[in-house]
Amino acid sequence: MSETNSISGNKGLQIEEKLIFELGNPGCIGVDLPEPGPVDLDRMGGVRKREPFGLPDLSEPQVVRHYTRLSQKNYGIDTGFYPLGSCTMKHNPRLSEKVARLPGLADLHPFQPQKTVQGALEVIDGLAHWLKELTGMPAVAMSPAAGAHGEWCGLMAIRSAHEDKGEGHRRRVLVPESAHGTNPASAAMCGYTVDPIPAKDNGRVDLDALKAKLGPDVACLMLTNPNTCGLFESEIIEIAKAIHGAGAYFYCDGANFNAIVGRVKVADLGIDCMHINLHKTFSTPHGGGGPGAGPTVLSDALADYAPVPYVVHGKNGLELVEGPREGAKPFGRVKGYHGQFGVFVRALAYILSMGSDGLRQASSDAVLNANYLQARLSDVLSASFEGPCMHEALFDDRFLKDSGVTTLDFAKALIDEGYHPMTMYFPLVVHGALLMEPTETESKDTLDQFIAVVRGLAAKAKAGAAEEFKSAPRNTPRRRLDETLAARTPVLRWKAGSNQ
Amino acid sequence: MSDMRFTKDHEWIKVEGDTGTVGISDYAQHALGDVVFVEVPEPGRKLAKGDEAAVVESVKAASEVYSPVSGTVIKGNAAIVDQPGLVNEAAEGGAWFFTIKLSNAAELSELMDRAAYDAYLKTLE
Repeated sequence: MSETNSISGNKGLQIEEKLIFELGNPGCIGVDLPEPGPVDLDRMGGVRKREPFGLPDLSEPQVVRHYTRLSQKNYGIDTGFYPLGSCTMKHNPRLSEKVARLPGLADLHPFQPQKTVQGALEVIDGLAHWLKELTGMPAVAMSPAAGAHGEWCGLMAIRSAHEDKGEGHRRRVLVPESAHGTNPASAAMCGYTVDPIPAKDNGRVDLDALKAKLGPDVACLMLTNPNTCGLFESEIIEIAKAIHGAGAYFYCDGANFNAIVGRVKVADLGIDCMHINLHKTFSTPHGGGGPGAGPTVLSDALADYAPVPYVVHGKNGLELVEGPREGAKPFGRVKGYHGQFGVFVRALAYILSMGSDGLRQASSDAVLNANYLQARLSDVLSASFEGPCMHEALFDDRFLKDSGVTTLDFAKALIDEGYHPMTMYFPLVVHGALLMEPTETESKDTLDQFIAVVRGLAAKAKAGAAEEFKSAPRNTPRRRLDETLAARTPVLRWKAGSNQ
Repeated sequence: MSDMRFTKDHEWIKVEGDTGTVGISDYAQHALGDVVFVEVPEPGRKLAKGDEAAVVESVKAASEVYSPVSGTVIKGNAAIVDQPGLVNEAAEGGAWFFTIKLSNAAELSELMDRAAYDAYLKTLE
């Protein structure tokens, strides 16, 4: 299969697109603006532009083509299967998008008088109600803007509660080895030290090791359930008892909430706070840099410390509490304005349109799909743990032993097959991890096609096609990038004439 | 090279007089893959045995390098900061991380010699 080098550099309809700064010509313009009148220098305080800004000069069709072409190089859940583990890349219903774009919701200004935005406050209050209902928790802080922000918000509430009880000396946070990297990072941001908890051979937290680490200086445990091995922490009730017995709080990372929505009320597990990634579980496109939202549900022990603002039912309808209030001890404010409102609208639209039966079916379908992948692939890949999984299936690289192919090579080969690769080398508790989360989005047909491809690649790898894997991907605009060179001598900024 | 001693975290130390030279083992550099970033300790920093002393990052992972002994840092190896790739080429030689003035030479007896370390690596396979 030889490739024809075209004169243009383009490969058929796959256009070799330059940076926007390399396009256009001086004086080229997309809009017809009136000539500026005499410039009043005093209005600029004597400040004058001495050098050109260096903005590209382009016509409107050039701009439209440039960004349309870039968008065509993108791969997202709308293009195809996206089994990125622990990320819950699932379909975002167009109905939620339509509702979020209604002018009465999309065109609000956060400084509008509250009596003119009662509907918007009702959206925040209504979503808060359903998040409390789905988790069984009595309170929720709505304003955190993302998962890690929610973690930090929960930890700040925990810190405030300890300090309020005169136990501010509790500075150690226990975090299992399989945790998302954001957990120890959030703890460190909160001024805490991080103490790792090992896992047992079955991929769950080692309860005895956890108990041995408890002490009067422990502030909380941060646990993800289901965890990042795709397993339910079956001893979670005992874990909660041990934590509370030691005077510490129990933080749950809700990143994998999609596996248990409508099935488990986290309040029943003894959890004190948990953030909910609305952009994962409740219908907001993510992975493109946001915005997300990470409302954090709180137990009675922590509810008083929830940050402002929050919505209350007052004499004149719904009111936003933005300052001190009797009985409450908010630790402060975590975000400007009132949270990620557009994400709230999508989440509420999703919850109401799915209904309780729909939400229950979504979480069970997500678990069923992951188990289908695990069952159909376990004889050719190497499943890391025995037994059924929850929302994601974890494999390690034992099946590649002596093949010369690594997890990285395997993932790159999947790109040539037209799939976004699974999460790789995470969690760190298994060697060369391949973590697949299909979500409830995928049909059996899609999963069967993917399974056939993975089985084919595994057979190729075992048959000694290492060289082919090492050179993958070959069907992409750029082939295998030199990650080492990119990390050692990163080129972070385009400069005129640098031609890079 | 037989006078090198190793930790279970894959650091090595070679001692002359009361001065130790510390690096990461060849096994460690191989497990990390291409090293792309190194941070070494400042001279004069006091370290207890097991303290985080340096940082090493590869394309795959970021790890801490722990001090195998207690003491005071004499100097870090600027060459590996400028060229992290040296760690892959000479982990147990020129790509040492830092030198340290030992405050308790008795700690050395708690470390593994080459034969014991090789036996330990076999248990990891």
